[in-house]
Amino acid sequence: MASSSETTGQQHPLGIYYKIWILLFVVSAFSYAVDYFDVQGAMRWTLVIVFMLVKAGFIIAIFMHAFWERLALCLTILGPPGVLLLLIGFMAVEGNYTEGARFEFMGHDRDAVALTPAEYHASLAEDHGEGEVAADAH
Amino acid sequence: MSEAAATSVAPAEGVSGLLDDWTADKQAYHVPWGKAMMWIFLVSDTFIFTCFLTGYLNVRMTTTQPWPPQSDIFALSFGGAPIPLILIAIMTFVLITSSGTMALAVNYGYRKDKTKTIWLIIATAVFGATFVGMQAFEWSKLILEEGVRPWGNPFGAPQFGSVFFMVTGFHGLHVSAGVIYLLWVARRIWAGYYDKKGFEIVEIAGLYWHFVDLVWVFIFAFFYLL
Repeated sequence: MASSSETTGQQHPLGIYYKIWILLFVVSAFSYAVDYFDVQGAMRWTLVIVFMLVKAGFIIAIFMHAFWERLALCLTILGPPGVLLLLIGFMAVEGNYTEGARFEFMGHDRDAVALTPAEYHASLAEDHGEGEVAADAH
Repeated sequence: MSEAAATSVAPAEGVSGLLDDWTADKQAYHVPWGKAMMWIFLVSDTFIFTCFLTGYLNVRMTTTQPWPPQSDIFALSFGGAPIPLILIAIMTFVLITSSGTMALAVNYGYRKDKTKTIWLIIATAVFGATFVGMQAFEWSKLILEEGVRPWGNPFGAPQFGSVFFMVTGFHGLHVSAGVIYLLWVARRIWAGYYDKKGFEIVEIAGLYWHFVDLVWVFIFAFFYLL
């Protein structure tokens, strides 16, 4: 078996690893830029998910060598997780229904906004009165 | 004679290769058994992480309270104004760097360059340990300064805490286990254990390490960015 090229390891030129490495850095920087420049709405979802899939694809294909593996192994590792998309889809439908029912029947505020840490600490300082504000700042 | 000649023919590619691999009375995966087992373990791990992330999707959709602003919660100040999500960005870059050194270690392993392989594996483990250290810092900041708990937090939906501790905790556990695994492999290479067996072990350990990086790609996108 050792003579067969299929049983020996994955050996490729170093250059491709450097290229993918740099690419992963750049795409991660793009992902972070989405947050840094506060892109919101559908654009945020699109960009974050596209960058995520690009990164995941290159890690699996090149770093984990799936690109060079035989189809039998590739389908074993990528097929079963593919079925999970069905689970994700069903749970999204279910979650959507539950959320709607809760807003409908439990009277929660649809427009409530979460506190940021800065707002939370400021509200604590107000509760404690002027004297403790300086103490809290340290 | 003809049988010996037949086995030396390279297996077919593509769909006919797939059929040959599965229908004939012979091994299905033309890889070392350790590598096939690692892949199957990683598939099972994929299911665990997907269940966590799908659970997160469900609680985040169903909660009627607003989701806490991750960008501000994971901001960090270096003397000046807080930079949003900077700690997580640095952790992401540290993990990608470690993935790169691991990929190089696999390559040098197959070149039988033991010294470079060992040092690259150690570098990978050091980056991994750095990642875990930063995660410990992140956890203690959230627990001690911000008062985030698995059952509640001051900012918004209480599910934020439970998802955060479970998902990042389980991932951090994988990174910690990976660091130990890598150091163990490096030690065995140094001791000459693989000189005759071959260096597939580096690729197998590498698969695990890249998987940990891969999971982080999804956590970074779904938990921290969206």
